[in-house]
Amino acid sequence: MRFFIAALKRDLLLVFRHRNDIINPLAFFMMVAVLFPLGVSPDPTFLSEVAAGVIWVAALLACLLSVDGIFRGDYEDGSLEQMLVSSESLLVLVLAKVLSHWLISGFCLAIISPLVAMMFFLPEQGYPALILSLLLGTPTLSLMGAIGAGLTVGLRKGGVLISLLVLPLYIPVLIFGAGTVQAGAMGLPIQGYLALLGAILVLSLMLAPFAIAAALKISVRS
Amino acid sequence: MLEVKNLFCERDERVLFADFSLQINAAEVVQIIGQNGSGKTTLLRILCGLSDAYTGNILWQGIDLDEVREEYYQAMLFVGHLAGVKGSLTAEENLHWMMQLDKSLDKCSIAEALKQVGLFGFEDVPCHSLSAGQQRRVGLARLYLSSAPLWILDEPFTALDKKGVKEKEALIANHIHKGGSVILTTHHDLMIPGQTVRPINLDEVAVA
Repeated sequence: MRFFIAALKRDLLLVFRHRNDIINPLAFFMMVAVLFPLGVSPDPTFLSEVAAGVIWVAALLACLLSVDGIFRGDYEDGSLEQMLVSSESLLVLVLAKVLSHWLISGFCLAIISPLVAMMFFLPEQGYPALILSLLLGTPTLSLMGAIGAGLTVGLRKGGVLISLLVLPLYIPVLIFGAGTVQAGAMGLPIQGYLALLGAILVLSLMLAPFAIAAALKISVRS
Repeated sequence: MLEVKNLFCERDERVLFADFSLQINAAEVVQIIGQNGSGKTTLLRILCGLSDAYTGNILWQGIDLDEVREEYYQAMLFVGHLAGVKGSLTAEENLHWMMQLDKSLDKCSIAEALKQVGLFGFEDVPCHSLSAGQQRRVGLARLYLSSAPLWILDEPFTALDKKGVKEKEALIANHIHKGGSVILTTHHDLMIPGQTVRPINLDEVAVA
């Protein structure tokens, strides 16, 4: 636990020193939200119909955009090697890194999502569903994205490959996430959707750290 | 301490070592020498468990490395040719993190170690604004804090000035004196006060 907190602190400090890393996913998310009505149609009924899907797709792509860098810096300056020759648990370290990634991507996205929802004329009763679905869904995106990031960290151009690897895993989260928001906006119960998102999160929380740790070992050792 | 048996390693269809054996005893300095590309770094990475591209056995205290990985990593300190120093953290923050990773480092004396490597007064400067030699010193400051018996150092003297190299040599001598051992690669003529260095020439090991 002490090591987990130390690792989390270090990662957050690094992010704090490179503020671009926080702003990038958020700016991307906001830009999609601002440009979409301009490009398609500013009609409120149309926008409120597509709001759930567009906001979730934008959030998913914003996560995907930032997940590539989760291990890259550490790989390039040799920190990752030091992490692998440490007697401390790699699983704990990996969890701390994923949590810090989620805090700067998914968590921030969930917080600013009502603002975007307002631009899309999402009915007010859908707001809790939007925030809750993002809070439950985006940690899964970070966990699964980190598997891809771990596998491609040794490659010079991993950016495209990571999307190919990770996008299929993201699809269930997208379907249930957008479904939650749609149901919430129509005033239907959302507990079932949230339970599914929660189940996916628990499953990936149990399995992904092992996959990420193994992926990092493969990337460094081969 | 560390024993390598029948190591075979091939890279890009070129055999680096075949049937290579090496034993590293307590209180011994082993210097790996060889041309560029002769596999010095590869050998050290294999010894650290950072490469799987080999066949053969590596034994730590007589037991296969895979079985005693955790104990081995507690007893081993590795300084790679990438120093593992974060540019956006200060020297002190970098050392704090290295301590979290490596339990064998002495927690109390970060300030002392930074003074020893000549970075006194630079503790609060982000490492990216230090010179290459100073960044190297941040990575090497770990040596002053370490109680690990085995040091594996890949080109530790790169970018260091003459005085810095002398200090590190004295430090290695002190480590050997305490019964530790060191494996290192360097192109520098190593002069460890009061110790003989055992050279291993990889050019002679390789199969032509």
